[in-house]
Amino acid sequence: MLHLPVLRGGRPYRSLEVRRLTDLRTGAAIAELSQANPALIAKDLAAATAAGARRALRAVGVRELLAICRRAAHLFATADLPVGGDGELQSPEAYVRQLSATCGLPETLCRFNLEKVRGVLDGMETVLAGLTRGLDLTVLDTGLGTEDGRSLSYVGQADALGAILPSNSPGVHTLWLPALALGVPVALKPGREEPWTPYRVCQAFLAAGLPGEALGFYPSDHAGAAEILQRCGRSLLFGDAATVRPWQGDPRVEIHGPGWSKVVFGEDEAPQWERHLDLLATSIAENGGRSCLNASGVWLPRPAAPGAPRGRELAAALARRLAAIEALPLDHPEARLAAFSRPQTAHQISDLIDRRLQTPGAVDLTAEVRGHGRVVEVGGCTFLLPTLVWCEDPDHPLANTELLFPFAAVVEVPRAELPARLGPTLVCTALTADPGFRRELLDSPWIDRLNLGPVPTSRLSWDQPHEGNLFDHLYRRRAVQACG
Amino acid sequence: MIHAAPSDLAHKVAAARERLDAHVREMVAWHFSPETGCPFWLERAAGLGFDPRKEVQGYDDLRLFGHFEDAWLRGGPVQRWIPRGLAGRPAYVFETGGSTGVPKSRVNIEDFQIDYERYSDELPEAGFPRGADWLMLGPTGPRRLRLAVEHLAQHRGGICFHVDLDPRWVNRLVKHHRHAELEEYKAHVIEQGLTVLKAHEIRCLFTTPKLLAALCERVSLVKLGIRGIFCGGTEMNAQFHRFAREELVPGIEFVPTYGNTLMGLACPKPFDPAADPADRFAITYYPPAPRAVFELVDPADPEKVVEVGQTGRVMLTTLTRDFFMPRFLERDEGERAAPIDRYPWDGVTNLRLLSSLQDSVVVGVY
Repeated sequence: MLHLPVLRGGRPYRSLEVRRLTDLRTGAAIAELSQANPALIAKDLAAATAAGARRALRAVGVRELLAICRRAAHLFATADLPVGGDGELQSPEAYVRQLSATCGLPETLCRFNLEKVRGVLDGMETVLAGLTRGLDLTVLDTGLGTEDGRSLSYVGQADALGAILPSNSPGVHTLWLPALALGVPVALKPGREEPWTPYRVCQAFLAAGLPGEALGFYPSDHAGAAEILQRCGRSLLFGDAATVRPWQGDPRVEIHGPGWSKVVFGEDEAPQWERHLDLLATSIAENGGRSCLNASGVWLPRPAAPGAPRGRELAAALARRLAAIEALPLDHPEARLAAFSRPQTAHQISDLIDRRLQTPGAVDLTAEVRGHGRVVEVGGCTFLLPTLVWCEDPDHPLANTELLFPFAAVVEVPRAELPARLGPTLVCTALTADPGFRRELLDSPWIDRLNLGPVPTSRLSWDQPHEGNLFDHLYRRRAVQACG
Repeated sequence: MIHAAPSDLAHKVAAARERLDAHVREMVAWHFSPETGCPFWLERAAGLGFDPRKEVQGYDDLRLFGHFEDAWLRGGPVQRWIPRGLAGRPAYVFETGGSTGVPKSRVNIEDFQIDYERYSDELPEAGFPRGADWLMLGPTGPRRLRLAVEHLAQHRGGICFHVDLDPRWVNRLVKHHRHAELEEYKAHVIEQGLTVLKAHEIRCLFTTPKLLAALCERVSLVKLGIRGIFCGGTEMNAQFHRFAREELVPGIEFVPTYGNTLMGLACPKPFDPAADPADRFAITYYPPAPRAVFELVDPADPEKVVEVGQTGRVMLTTLTRDFFMPRFLERDEGERAAPIDRYPWDGVTNLRLLSSLQDSVVVGVY
């Protein structure tokens, strides 16, 4: 059987402890995954080893690292790359099939994400320009430079970037990729069902000539994750609210929890809601609705006239749109929904929605359109069908809920209260031309990423930082005065 | 090395079985005689519906007792466990579990000394030279292990150094995800251990897998003169065993141990460097028969013993003068291991927490 080893400084290591990866349609084993024991991770991340890896990357230099990223982009998307411990090769198509089979994302969306990873690697220079606001990156090679006549120095905050990765969508891997181009080695703990993308990225980098020392790939359990988070000077942690809670407030750890992304209407655009239905449906359902970028809320100012049905009408129209999305087999070219690797998870989520619907003031409008339940089985997979809820009040327990499938609530809020009531919002798309409202949103500390105008929440422009700024996480600007 | 012919092994297995049956009769006679038995079993005998001294003639007859229940060990009075035949001797009480709620208490009068003295004969002389001093860097407090390792060192002519370690505090930190404090406590323990190791000529070490890894991050145990490491106290899998031998402490005698307060101390199958990697590092333990016996049973039907190589739940029977514990279902599972020449009775391979319990304790990072 195919065996994915641990990668220790780029070198494969076959563990005696393995975990099986199964096809969620049939339960058949697809591969086994070596598990790194925590002490092994600790040994590899010991200070001297990590510092050595960092020096190896610095010796390559930023220019060449960018060239390596471009080569890796091409290799990742097109080449047959090593996958198993016995020299097996993986074509891009095999990667897509294996990924889809274990993480439940349809093959079309896996291809879409493959393209996203390729795009970020290929356009790394643009990405870094966005993260550093156009800094001349050679300053990272030399440690000291000048900009506009001012001395400039950056000091690295970590010998390695740890990343505790999720299984929901391969697109998230684009977030740690810039670390390597910035000269920082990585220690990756893949998600349970998605070792495929980080492993293939590592192989693409090795084939592109990146020093192997910079690549740690450690499938492990939560103890292994804690080991990475404790030892890396800087880390990214993906997880649900309970997973990330113990690490909140630790400056070494950048947390990627739920996004609670939203589309917000201004008074000026709310009457024209019909023209934004496509944008709303895309924001909610793109990429299977699995991403923290997906909108889980559509917020409108409550009309002054009592009883005006605007929000409810929007919700009904949007529900019809979303209810048209069908569950299809993972290899179907039109498939847009992701399957759950554990069917009971889908049932638990559905039960949670039903329980919360018992609180008065909310109604599942997609259920009314469909006339049947939201859990379905197709092609051996369990899916949750897109669900749109109309909430009369922003305090309703479903008004600000993010779930791992296309789920959103349409909510009306008094205009004056709207910006203050948003709560944490990873991406906010603001549909308004009203300068006053725009300014209120620009001032809102709740919003991480703001789209002004009709940009779906799920669309990223790579010249902007996303979810914190990886460059600022990895480097600190230091004052330097050079004399003689 | 001369391998015993299969018929020799079969002979040894049969002989061991005869010894076990004789030992069962002797222990049942001890625990159910009014002159020597403990109040717990003597009172219980009245309601059993059979006379153990007549009807239990061998190991298989222990079936009549059903399964020992751990609830019987939670709470007092612990004096009800002291056999009258040992009355007046100094008694110890050891605890197991207890991170939350009432721990199980187990009275001990002579068991841990006997268990560890016998085990001492199994330790390789090169790694654990007689007369050498030890450091015990593991759980202390109301635990058998703390005294048992000290007794082992003394029995071999050495002195045992100690560091305080409270495993219930560690469990609490783990449970509440208090990572920073956990690291701080670990560093506190390790630093004390290093101070002792550097200040004294210590050759032998008892420690847990996690503390061993933490020690090795700070120092070379080879350079400090450590010759043998006796490692256990928590679950250890084949991967850690291999990692320890290959990367943490190459060149040092490494002996994985499994013991618990209810059983005593098991013997690991001797390490065979010539075996293929998957088997070489698999950890197989044999109970100290006839004082303790493992059976691997079907978790769904504990009356059914699984075949050799199959996975089963560990059913432990302890048969000493201190303690009679028939057919206790442990929280552990593993693969049933066949008898070997050195230990001609059943053992267990890859001992681990029952998989049905694992699901309830896994904390997922998605």
